[in-house]
Amino acid sequence: MTTELPPLETDQDRPLRVLPAPSRLALVRQRLAPVVLLIAVLAVWEIWVRWDNTPRWFLPPPSVIARTLVNDRALLAENAWVTLREILLGFVVALVAGVSSAIAIHASRLLERALYPILVASQAIPIVALAPLLLIWFGHGLTPKIIVTALVAFFPITVNVVDGLRSADRELLNLLRALGAGRWARFRLVTFPTALPYLFSGARIGIAVAVIGAVFGELVGAEAGLGHLLTLSAANLRTDRVFACVAILAALAVCLFSLVAVLERLVLPWRRFLVAAQPDA
Amino acid sequence: MPASSQIGLSEARRQGERPPALEIRDVVASYVEGRRVLPVLGGISLAVEEGEFVAVVGPSGSGKSTLLDVIAGLIAPESGEIRLDGQPLAEQDRLGRSAYMRQRDLLLPWRTALDNAALALEVAGVPRREARERARARLPEFGLEAFADAYPAQLSGGMRQRVAFLRTVLAGRPLLLLDEPFGALDALTRVAIQDWLVELLERERRTVLLVTHDVDEAIYLADRVVVLTPRPARIAHVEPVTTPRPRHRPFLTSPEFVAHKARILAALGFLDDGGGDR
Repeated sequence: MTTELPPLETDQDRPLRVLPAPSRLALVRQRLAPVVLLIAVLAVWEIWVRWDNTPRWFLPPPSVIARTLVNDRALLAENAWVTLREILLGFVVALVAGVSSAIAIHASRLLERALYPILVASQAIPIVALAPLLLIWFGHGLTPKIIVTALVAFFPITVNVVDGLRSADRELLNLLRALGAGRWARFRLVTFPTALPYLFSGARIGIAVAVIGAVFGELVGAEAGLGHLLTLSAANLRTDRVFACVAILAALAVCLFSLVAVLERLVLPWRRFLVAAQPDA
Repeated sequence: MPASSQIGLSEARRQGERPPALEIRDVVASYVEGRRVLPVLGGISLAVEEGEFVAVVGPSGSGKSTLLDVIAGLIAPESGEIRLDGQPLAEQDRLGRSAYMRQRDLLLPWRTALDNAALALEVAGVPRREARERARARLPEFGLEAFADAYPAQLSGGMRQRVAFLRTVLAGRPLLLLDEPFGALDALTRVAIQDWLVELLERERRTVLLVTHDVDEAIYLADRVVVLTPRPARIAHVEPVTTPRPRHRPFLTSPEFVAHKARILAALGFLDDGGGDR
């Protein structure tokens, strides 16, 4: 009898074939599609308004809005910075509070039974409706804006993280238990990493609604910020500046959302392969 | 009741050697499903000597996996006792004493092959860097050196199972509990990995308790094959396989092999020629 090792490489063991990356041109074309659509819409808008002689205070053409963006850049930047600060501070508060509450809810059966259903139900409440109350309690400063922003971002983050913590593989947890891993080790090695993709889903929703929260907080009563400037400009029929504010807010929201998405890719590099590769097909 | 209890134990006592690596005494266990309590193990007694390879076969749902869960300390039996190296141990104290491996590879999708292999060491308190170094040193013999940095989703089923094996082996526990570790693999990969396990066990002797529903696999790998009855499981038959290990493929078609298989199948109730002991 021979004792030679059986071949380990069976047909199944070949590494997955790597398909050629899509050509640069194809990628550019894919990315460009929405930009082209946007430009087309702006062009139709511009032509329509000029042809129709629509009054500027009613609907200014994009070219005028663009000029306002340039001319008022100091004013806009100043107010955008105020709003951005509210969004970021509110979001960070929501992130810390959301993840902590989720872990507490996951760790305590009592909290899970008592608090979690309320949290889920409260997602249906339009939190922004609380803004006037906060104005009464905290005045016109930064605090009420941060609270509104944090509140609206808090719920999607918390609920997603709770779901994530719950979805940890029971068999995997048992395997670690059998290996002698304690509660903390199981949480650190399995439960929390399982919840991370959920945390990012929650954060993506959270940052998007944080922008809405901050603006709404300013609409109700503020001394600075894009929401504030927007209200002022509308009252003065400076419709071009209203649009400029909206454009900046939109750009801000897209940038923040993308930032979270990029962060997700960096923190969770393994996620890409889950969609791309299906071994054992 | 068949003369199944205390097999192997008496032998060890006679030789005045160390106590069995694993001793199961009259273990009764149930599975609770909602408000229904299913009796799963109806009194199992079995002793496994150090370095011995015992395979457990039985009808599906006969509680084979529950038996391993009880031994690993994951489930408390209703009655009975588990001894490791002669010491009776409570569930809590059995956790971390054996290396458990299941049909699903149970790799962490966010860890590379290398980091997955190092997991058991990390759980045991080895610093991360050292754990990785020790895992890396053993990648070649598991045919994984080229895939250290690959994520599980990038690996084939056979490779993932080898990573799980490496993790199990690196746990450094003398007792391996294997629950259908080849079950999810296709036939070719299965054969390759079985032979590879044989080879591995030649290099480092471990005590193995393997649960499987593949009778051929059980005979090919084990020193003894324990046949369970349907639920609640008792031991229906114990088939010693005396052909020395490591065995090779020709053994699979030898007359001894077929004789073993006939007796085991009879004990399982697949044959009507009275070969079993019921």
